[in-house]
Amino acid sequence: MRVAENLNSALHELLARDPKAYLLGEDVLDPYGGAFKITRGLSTRFPDRVLATPISESGITGLAAGLALCGDTAVVEIMFGDFAALAFDQITNFAAKSVTMYGARVPMRLIVRCPTGGGRGYGPTHSQSLQKHFIGVPGLAVYEMSALHDNHTVLAAMVESAQPCVFFEDKVLYTRQMRLSDDLFVSDMVGDVARVYVDEPERADCVIIAPGGVADRALVAMRRLFLERELACCLLVPSRLYPFDVEPLLPTLRGARGVVVAEESTAGGTWGAEVAHQIHHHLWSGLRRPVALAHSADSVIPTAAHLERRVLLQESTIHASVLKVLDDR
Amino acid sequence: MTAPAEVATVSRERADLDLLLLIRHFELALLDLFARGELNGTTHTCLGQEYVPVALTPLLVAEDHVFSNHRGHGHYLARFRDPEGLLAEIMGREGAVCSGVGGSQHILRDRYLSTGVQGESLPVAAGAALHLRGSGALACVYIGDGTWGEGSVYEALNLASLWNLPLLVVVENNGIAQSTPIARQLAGTIRDRAHAFAIRHHEITSTHIPDIRAQIGPLIESVRTDSRPLVLEFATHRLGPHSKGDDTRPASLVRGLPDWYRDLSGADGFTEADRAARELVAGIVREVAARPLSRWSACA
Repeated sequence: MRVAENLNSALHELLARDPKAYLLGEDVLDPYGGAFKITRGLSTRFPDRVLATPISESGITGLAAGLALCGDTAVVEIMFGDFAALAFDQITNFAAKSVTMYGARVPMRLIVRCPTGGGRGYGPTHSQSLQKHFIGVPGLAVYEMSALHDNHTVLAAMVESAQPCVFFEDKVLYTRQMRLSDDLFVSDMVGDVARVYVDEPERADCVIIAPGGVADRALVAMRRLFLERELACCLLVPSRLYPFDVEPLLPTLRGARGVVVAEESTAGGTWGAEVAHQIHHHLWSGLRRPVALAHSADSVIPTAAHLERRVLLQESTIHASVLKVLDDR
Repeated sequence: MTAPAEVATVSRERADLDLLLLIRHFELALLDLFARGELNGTTHTCLGQEYVPVALTPLLVAEDHVFSNHRGHGHYLARFRDPEGLLAEIMGREGAVCSGVGGSQHILRDRYLSTGVQGESLPVAAGAALHLRGSGALACVYIGDGTWGEGSVYEALNLASLWNLPLLVVVENNGIAQSTPIARQLAGTIRDRAHAFAIRHHEITSTHIPDIRAQIGPLIESVRTDSRPLVLEFATHRLGPHSKGDDTRPASLVRGLPDWYRDLSGADGFTEADRAARELVAGIVREVAARPLSRWSACA
């Protein structure tokens, strides 16, 4: 099953199980079914609760927050995650704040879905990875879709948390299959973190932490490192990026000679910097060297394929970061 | 012998007067507390605008959601008549409605919510109205003339009109946004802006509460029964500063503005009611100020 079908099925289940759940977004109705076809079939099955909206990201996110405030569950599809900037006030100043700013905890079941990332030639305003802008907001959780996490479980966890969640969905994953892409590796789960390795995950040369959209690039780098240089890497793919709980991962991290955090965000104020800080805090005295960050360049994301490749994080970026962090000279 | 209907009218009028005066003296007490350095942060009083929520009070029911804004003390007091809880919230004392976390402009109680960012509450109120659609209840949202500069207002009005939401938008047009007069910040009219979305608009210039209710009662009822949004624009006047001591208008101009308090001061029983409200609020200020500080579990 493809990731898009898995997500679509998870949304079907969410709306079927919860009669108070709504889905709102631009162009989400059948037969169109959303710009990336993720909402296909939903409006036919739940015509009163799947609502096509005007092009009003702030308005529909606020409206969804109003539903959540009244005890409903609301899922908003932002057509391109870049446009979540238009809903930033409603997400950070209203939905997230409301969880705690009224003195007692207010449940807010709100999921803001953001198709994200580049690699498809959509250019500077339709290719960004804005996760970092939603990190560190009290009351707000940030999740990222992955081919190693069943979206039924992920959506259920977000609803169960009863707080607003921004769900980043790397667009390149939609057409990919829901499983580990490379038979060289095996995987297991540490809490909600998928762990991918050759064998002995707690004795890897290098641990790579990467969210779902970057996992395949990390795996390509890991294969090359293993076959060409006999370096064993262990990949950790979290479902929830923030708040990020590093403690269950410490046994895996402790044995490694190096740690790399890889993401597609452009440079500066990244999610990886937050993760690295947590690892430094817990393991500083035992680390051979600081955690390395791999990310896209400090640049807008160009449209032309050859330029876009130069800016965005590639498997070669991760490959080079691992070699550098393991270089003892 | 007085007919029962007249008794009801008289007691309604007295209740209205008591509520108006409670809000007036509550706001005056806050300015006094600020002047004496006893309040943290800032506050926005509704001096001069008290009659708007008082007029609306019997036209709203417990099932309705009310969304208030930064200038919301009158809205809260009109709904709950709870000066102790509100003052404790503003002063960070035990018994605060929201443990002292929200303060003057972030209050949640039952179906009443206020928040401090202009225009933000209108889409949220539209969401509550969608939740309520068909139930006979409505979502009422208070905004000011300055709020019409925010794009969220138009996104919400468009949705409310398209989706037939029972959304009541109460505009307290006091002609001044913080320090900016309306002529410098609003092109055209609020009426035309509402009509552009095929939303009904009604302007109220009266400050006479029974007259206001007679005008808007049937309109509000139709928000419930016909599930259609409505914009009620009150031409009102802010007699106090935007927050505290930041009024740039000449005092003589402010003194000349219409004030229900001056208009009603010759009415039967006004002097006694005024004194009673002042003493009530003074007692509450003493009692709440003496309470221990509020506690919040997240800062335990």
